[in-house]
Amino acid sequence: MNLLTKMFVTIVTMFITLPTLAQSLESEGRSDLNLRSGVTDISSQVYDLHMLMFMVCVGIAVVVFGVMFISMFLHRKSRGAKPANFHESVKVEIAWTVVPFIILILMAFPAAKTLIAMEDTSEADMTVLVTGSQWKWHYKYMDSDVEFYSTLATQQEQIRNKFAKGENYLLEVDRPLVIPTGQKVRFLITSDDVIHSWWVPDFAIKKDANPGFINEAWTNVNEPGVYRGQCAELCGKDHGFMPIVVIAKTPQEYEEWKAEKIAAIETAKAEENRLLAMNMSMDDLMTSGQKVYLAKCAACHMPNGEGLPGVFPAIKGSAVALKDRTGHIDILLNGRTGTAMQAFSKQLTLSEIAAVITYQRNAWGNNTGDIVQASEVHTYANGK
Amino acid sequence: MSTATDTLHHDEHDEHHHHHIPKGIKRWLLTTNHKDIGTLYLWFSFIMFLTGGAMAMIIRAELFQPGLQIVDPNFFNQMTTVHGLIMVFGAVMPAFTGLANWLIPMMIGAPDMALPRMNNWSFWILPFAFLILLSSLFLEGGGPAFGWTFYAPLSTTYSSDSTALFVFSVHIMGISSIMGAINVIVTIWNMRAPGMTWMKMPMFVWTWLITAFLLIAVMPVLAGVVTMVLTDKYFGTSFFNAAGGGDPVMFQHIFWFFGHPEVYIMILPAFGIISHIIPTFARKPLFGYASMVYATASIALLSFIVWAHHMFTTGMPVAAEMFFMFATMLISVPTGVKVFNWVATMWRGSMTFEVPMLFAIAFVVLFTIGGLSGLMLAITPVDFQYHDTYFVVAHFHYVLVTGAIFSIMAAAYYWLPKWTGVMYDNTLAKWHFWASLVSVNVLFFPMHFVGLAGMPRRIPDYALQFADFNKWISIGGFAFGLSQLIFLALLIKACRKKGEPASAQVWEGAEGLEWEIPSPAPYHTFETPPIIK
Amino acid sequence: MMNQSTSSNQNNKLVVKLVVIVFGMFTFGFALVPLYDVFCDITGINGKTNETAIVYEATDIDRSRLVTIEFITKTTTGMPWAFEAKTKRIQVHPGELNQVEFYVKNPAFRDIVGQAIPSVSPGTAALYLNKTECFCFNNQPLLAGEDALMPMQFYVDPQIPEDVTYFTVQYTLYDVTAAAQKVAEAQAQASE
Repeated sequence: MNLLTKMFVTIVTMFITLPTLAQSLESEGRSDLNLRSGVTDISSQVYDLHMLMFMVCVGIAVVVFGVMFISMFLHRKSRGAKPANFHESVKVEIAWTVVPFIILILMAFPAAKTLIAMEDTSEADMTVLVTGSQWKWHYKYMDSDVEFYSTLATQQEQIRNKFAKGENYLLEVDRPLVIPTGQKVRFLITSDDVIHSWWVPDFAIKKDANPGFINEAWTNVNEPGVYRGQCAELCGKDHGFMPIVVIAKTPQEYEEWKAEKIAAIETAKAEENRLLAMNMSMDDLMTSGQKVYLAKCAACHMPNGEGLPGVFPAIKGSAVALKDRTGHIDILLNGRTGTAMQAFSKQLTLSEIAAVITYQRNAWGNNTGDIVQASEVHTYANGK
Repeated sequence: MSTATDTLHHDEHDEHHHHHIPKGIKRWLLTTNHKDIGTLYLWFSFIMFLTGGAMAMIIRAELFQPGLQIVDPNFFNQMTTVHGLIMVFGAVMPAFTGLANWLIPMMIGAPDMALPRMNNWSFWILPFAFLILLSSLFLEGGGPAFGWTFYAPLSTTYSSDSTALFVFSVHIMGISSIMGAINVIVTIWNMRAPGMTWMKMPMFVWTWLITAFLLIAVMPVLAGVVTMVLTDKYFGTSFFNAAGGGDPVMFQHIFWFFGHPEVYIMILPAFGIISHIIPTFARKPLFGYASMVYATASIALLSFIVWAHHMFTTGMPVAAEMFFMFATMLISVPTGVKVFNWVATMWRGSMTFEVPMLFAIAFVVLFTIGGLSGLMLAITPVDFQYHDTYFVVAHFHYVLVTGAIFSIMAAAYYWLPKWTGVMYDNTLAKWHFWASLVSVNVLFFPMHFVGLAGMPRRIPDYALQFADFNKWISIGGFAFGLSQLIFLALLIKACRKKGEPASAQVWEGAEGLEWEIPSPAPYHTFETPPIIK
Repeated sequence: MMNQSTSSNQNNKLVVKLVVIVFGMFTFGFALVPLYDVFCDITGINGKTNETAIVYEATDIDRSRLVTIEFITKTTTGMPWAFEAKTKRIQVHPGELNQVEFYVKNPAFRDIVGQAIPSVSPGTAALYLNKTECFCFNNQPLLAGEDALMPMQFYVDPQIPEDVTYFTVQYTLYDVTAAAQKVAEAQAQASE
């Protein structure tokens, strides 16, 4: 009796307090208990479907557990209950096979409807090619030259608990994806290395990025705003550190942003050409090389150049960094097939690549004295 | 084969004459006795449960607050991977095999398992499999870090050198399970006591028979897929490499063709256990025995056509998504029938609430919660939101921890007096139950919330809005982990025969052949088969 | 026990049967590889296209409909080639034979063998994209510094459903120099 009451109370309190807690927190404006209804028609359909399924499940649970607890209360030996002996009833069995089946059919209709709406493949207003790689996203606008990598912007010091954590800890990137509101935007999703998954909860989009294959998803955002998501498929060491940030702007603001972006690309190209002609000093190359190294290379090869034995090779004392100069340039530009070493030709400028190679060839006792200039990298990248 | 059976005959022959139990380590190394082997399996699985649990403690300690505090992300991934592998292949499956070894011969009135020598092998290769797996953690570059699902190409091109050890150890685990399953099938098929027709078989025997068929159907497929991973990584094949004409998504299709039936391998024997315990303590026969058998069989059959519901986000044609959604929803019908039957068994019974019954009731409630979240996950459009979040983690821990593992604990309490001859320490047992029940829900229930709010699974660090719940989840985790030490103490006490002697029937309402032999069960039982009316 | 030998005989028979099932299922695991391809051909999972040339049959050209095809290119890690679709977007009538070209250049200081892997999205469209000639059917070697135009000839099956009016074809270019060398060496050895 005593035990039974305890058990009953535990479970009932669990069921009652949690939703109440949820409600009270939600009324405080916190949405960390439930799915978000998001900012697209599809995402709100998905939310409604989720709530419907949830309510059906709660209904089933209440009925089943209700009957069970009533039985546990009434049909106890300590209350003097005498056991009945029935153990079969074809009618009842048929009933509780058929009734759930009917409930399922009723659930299947709205589910199928939403699914078909999601998989609408008609032509979109614009397309963005989304490419995942360890551990960053690359966005390319198919109707222009605009393309960029988007990486985690949270400082290592915050992750390592040296600085206080900011509001958008782990959910902030250096260059967010920008899309217009009120237009059908299509995402073509693929990967450079392992499988990633591009997930933005507010759009109800989660689609795997499979290496060698393309997948597609689309959205039509109703409200301007900043929407955050994360990679949703285990993709190696820093799987937890490749967030997605999408900024939806009104079409007019989006066009302005795009024009700026295109202009910036032009300026960068001009700057690149200017630097190409220049010869930098060892000190300058080492300073800027170290900066690039810490930002792009240190995650795997470690700040001390020693790598992670068995997983990521060391640069300190390695044959590539000490001897094979063209090989070193090649691996930086194009990456290495079948390893986590990516191509950096699109992630870094030529002068940054030159600087980081110089840094790697001269830091941590790799005292080769080699100086690599942007022009040399340029020759290698574009052929003789 | 014939030589093996010949020697085996010889041994049996010897034992019949001398009736002595060998002493010391040799007894355990060379034993072909189903009870000894059952005990070995059960202790092994409990040790693995504590080992995998220790890894879960590391995971929860790292996730106690945001930021990286204790382990680096690479080691974190190794922990989630090895935790999963150990719990699935080291804790849950061997525990059920151990129960099968102990109980099936006693339940069907057979003197032993049909293939005792193979039984010995299938157990003794298992510790080596896990030694290999655990030792890989100490290699340069660490152990497997690609999740227990080892999706290619993360497990092929991009994995550390320990992958070969991982593949080797999975092969050994697979061989062990297959040998165990063959033994169970042959035993049930050929060694039932006269008069025990198919439809008179106890539910645990039925569910294990179906489980064993699932095992021999899908464990070889797992062996095939790990072999492909091995050749892709080391021998230049391109099963899963697009550059050579392969397809990484195909890995997932083959893996989940094994993986979904595997899920039922871990729950069908639990259904059997619960179907014994509830009638005993309700003092009323199981409601709808025949429909229980049919429901089990239909769950097993359906499990072969639902695998792709693990892969809705990989990009499938709408028609395929619909098919797998509807097929998955359909599984809830036979599963529902089982739950309804248990409730109907309780209805108008005369219930008492001993610890096995408490675990069984907790199983019914909490497994059903896991089942209902499973139904939600079946709905493709919302699965896009749930997939690979903590909602999924909550779901499968409800079915596997409060489902499979609670059923194993229920079974342990229920049959322990039969195995040891003494009643377990009831105070410790109650402490164990209540501590586990409360902590397991503090541990897994809030995972639903963080999952819905958008926390992906398999991440070592998380955004600040998930911090509060994660703290509670970790506290629940530590409490659940500690609660199992109570169980350890209780088991040691029971094995040292400290406690009140148990009667043959042990429980007032217990029925079945195993309750007709004395407690503790003698080393040899049913050497002359009983006659079933 | 009197029937021990008969029962162990029965056991052996059953064990043999079960072992056969085990090996059968192991083989089935590998059979899933070709089966998966067949499955993909039927359902268009993953947008795989035909891997060998299809002979163009002069079918009725459906002039009433236009299908837009978008071509995108991509090189993978370790592949230094420049790779670009000359035609980025094309509108075709179903049944009509078309040709598009892709530009490749090997800027590296070494000879490289490339292999392009196609992928179509939405996947169902892949069933109706029939290629009569494609650079992706074979390895493509380029010497250091060399460039080339690679053709691809195709037609869209007139059976294509009305609602598919738009699809994307992606070519991913891989460096398969090492694998190609191995094959060449094996062939040289075999011919000796």
